[in-house]
Amino acid sequence: MNDLLKSWSERLRAARETRQELELRGGGSKSFYGQAPRGEVFDTRAYRGLIDYAPTELVITARCGTPLAEIEQTMREAGQMLAFEPPHYGPGATLGGLLAAGLSGPRRPYAGALRDYVLGVRMLDGKGTLLRFGGQVMKNVAGFDVSRVLAGSMGTLGLITEVSLKAAPLPVAELSLRFESDAHAALDQLARWAAQPLPISATCHQGEVLTLRLSGAQAAVRAARAKLGGEEVPAGANFWSSLREQTQAFFAGEGELWRLSVKPTAPYTDLGAAQLIEWGGALRWLRFVESPDPVLLRDWAKAQGGHATLFRGGHKNRGVFQPLAPALLQVHQRLKRAFDPAGVLNPGRLYSEL
Amino acid sequence: MLEPKLFQDLMAAVGAQGLLTEPEDLRPYECDGLSAYRQVPQAVVLPEDEAQVIAVLKVCRQAKVPVVPRGAGTGLSGGALPHAHGVVLSLTRLTRILNIDPQACTAVVQPGVRNLAISEAVAPYGLYYAPDPSSQIACTIGGNVAENSGGVHCLKYGLTVHNIRRVRGVLINGEIIEVGNEALDAPGYDLLAALNGSEGLLAVITEITVKLTPKPQLAQCVLAAFDDVVKAGTAVSNIIAAGIIPAGLEMMDQAATRAVEDFVHAGYPLDAASILLCESDGTPEEVAEEIERVTKVLEAAGASEIRVSRDEAERLKFWAGRKAAFPAVGRITPDYYCMDGTIPRHTLPEVLAGIEALSKEYGLRCANVFHAGDGNLHPLIMFDANIPGELERAESFGGRILELCVRMGGTITGEHGVGIEKINQMCVQFSREELEAFHALRDAFDPYELLNPGKAIPTLRRCAEFGAMHVHHHETRFPELPRF
Ligand SMILES: Cc1cc2nc3c(=O)[nH]c(=O)nc-3n(C[C@H](O)[C@H](O)[C@H](O)COP(=O)(O)OP(=O)(O)OC[C@H]3O[C@@H](n4cnc5c(N)ncnc54)[C@H](O)[C@@H]3O)c2cc1C
Repeated sequence: MNDLLKSWSERLRAARETRQELELRGGGSKSFYGQAPRGEVFDTRAYRGLIDYAPTELVITARCGTPLAEIEQTMREAGQMLAFEPPHYGPGATLGGLLAAGLSGPRRPYAGALRDYVLGVRMLDGKGTLLRFGGQVMKNVAGFDVSRVLAGSMGTLGLITEVSLKAAPLPVAELSLRFESDAHAALDQLARWAAQPLPISATCHQGEVLTLRLSGAQAAVRAARAKLGGEEVPAGANFWSSLREQTQAFFAGEGELWRLSVKPTAPYTDLGAAQLIEWGGALRWLRFVESPDPVLLRDWAKAQGGHATLFRGGHKNRGVFQPLAPALLQVHQRLKRAFDPAGVLNPGRLYSEL
Repeated sequence: MLEPKLFQDLMAAVGAQGLLTEPEDLRPYECDGLSAYRQVPQAVVLPEDEAQVIAVLKVCRQAKVPVVPRGAGTGLSGGALPHAHGVVLSLTRLTRILNIDPQACTAVVQPGVRNLAISEAVAPYGLYYAPDPSSQIACTIGGNVAENSGGVHCLKYGLTVHNIRRVRGVLINGEIIEVGNEALDAPGYDLLAALNGSEGLLAVITEITVKLTPKPQLAQCVLAAFDDVVKAGTAVSNIIAAGIIPAGLEMMDQAATRAVEDFVHAGYPLDAASILLCESDGTPEEVAEEIERVTKVLEAAGASEIRVSRDEAERLKFWAGRKAAFPAVGRITPDYYCMDGTIPRHTLPEVLAGIEALSKEYGLRCANVFHAGDGNLHPLIMFDANIPGELERAESFGGRILELCVRMGGTITGEHGVGIEKINQMCVQFSREELEAFHALRDAFDPYELLNPGKAIPTLRRCAEFGAMHVHHHETRFPELPRF
């Protein structure tokens, strides 16, 4: 084992013995997300750098503290990208934090989520043991798929030390289109398009405007452009990156930002806040000035096949993530106990029971 | 023989039509697609709905009887092999398609629905279910989820895990769990990922929401021949390097090509050392553009012959050979043994050379079929089980191939699962602590260890007996000792 990892392993083992709670933290760019962090800060940034990147293998492997920006830059130079278009939420975002938070950006419905691109991990569990799951190959069904289970685990199962992700080629052509449309009409339109083989790679509806991104082969984008009409958006790339990073005006200001992940065909419903709709209808951001009734939002999201998350602001003590059904929660608790017997890794960050 | 109390309780759970206990009725369940392993179960239960599944599991959990879930039994790693003291739980009567939502592009199906039946049912909406294992006419979607099965189109469209939104299952204590939902993500740990490829150890899957994909307007296939395997391997890497992700990218060596040609007359060139099939799909403009790019790459890589399918009939003919590769090899040998290792693509020439050396060492022929795009290798080892010792030689040969894959930084199974077949090689690929983590994960779902026990993850004791060396960081523990 590498010396740094050895010292980390010892620190984790000691934390287990003394029941010292730890807050695993990379760049801290997603500290706002999830239940409030607590415990002694364990900074993961020292273990950084690319381990292996062979573009023809479509795999990139790097250490947890590697800045996401660095990884994306390296990939861009090789004509590749992380297809799930991860949000950074700050310049310090690291690879480890990316996997732990499990968030995906605008391309998610069309290219897949972060978890879909995870090929393997190395991690230190709550006992300080170094474990490897998955690997660097595209297909691997040896053993349970623990690497994907870690996506979105919020650091509650272990310290992720290395990640292998599947790479994707950059699209040859990309262009963005804008349509005038209210939310109802936009959702209808999106559902019609979803059932057709179109090269759509992102959608956003806000106010009276539906924005669409097309990506793919020159010919495919050109043909879709002709078929769909609309007005071309200048500097479309900036629009999507500001959407991904939540720097657009919609996201500005105080109050609570809720994230409702639902089936794409959920009807447009006034829930008492301005809405921004992404992911072909499957992701709805709600900006509240006054605190809403969380139960109302959770019930609606559940009825629409999904769940609601208090994403930014507000009172975390009422719970950030949608509560789990009892049988499912029990499996979560057993899993947590197996990987982190003393319960000291990011305690309560996902659910108070974990 | 079934104990009278257990017999009565199972009878109460599923009724006489749902319970098989006579030897002649049990015989068809003694093995799955890996017929080298056989075991007649004590009983087979065939529930008709989820309520009956729950009732059966409660009975078995009470009586501490192992339960082996089973779909169509086409698995190739002995995952559905019965337990000597256990009950086989067949899901083949749960065959209803519960809902098709063409707008959300999803369908809700029961686990016994056949893979191809889903695509047939949703075809009127211009949709299909993308993962297409070669066994798709027979295998069930429940089995696909349990194995995380792949197909020839998974390079572009993903494996089963990428195409499943939600799984509902029953835990051994009879409780229902639902993981995933109708949205694009779910709160909590991604247990949907754990259930995909869980080989029946975590829960009995009773309902599945699958993602549907719009059917591409057009698909076209390029067949390229190479006089040298290394050139073909390079061509595969170069296609990916050019930023192309074809809908399918398959390779066959000469032994496989010849076997297939005799069988289905797909028109494959017989003198080629290896052939590649590369498919492109999308709009006609897109396909034309991609085929042109692919053809250039193949030419540059030194293909001795390139054919582009002229119509749908010819495209299907190209594929017919590949899809019939297993049965074709089955015709030229009394028995064959199908391996499933995955390797980093660039190690292909080395691995193929290693397999050839092993083939000589063991005196057994081997044909290679390869999901080249994603590095998943299917060496088919030919043998005759009637010759004493040959099965054992074939198994040993296979085990050595898998160990070679692990040494190259790959894995022992890409899509067929561990089952009972590769259980010893798990000791090679994983450390003691990693295996313990797998057991802990299983126990989080099934603390009684009654669901498909003895499969997928070896006990530490078994590894000690097998005496396996764990190949860590792509290195063997005794690198100085010769292996080939
Ligand atoms: C000719 C041939 C070609 C093949 N080609 C491919 C291929 O291209 N790609 C590929 O990936 N595989 C392939 N296979 C392997 C096999 O078809 C797949 O693994 C398939 O998914 C198994 O489905 P099944 O319904 O037959 O499952 P079974 O064989 O019955 O069971 C497989 C495993 O799943 C478990 N299981 C089944 N149903 C459930 C359930 N409802 N709940 C919980 N656990 C369950 C069983 O316990 C067992 O461990 C092929 C097999 C053959 C014979």
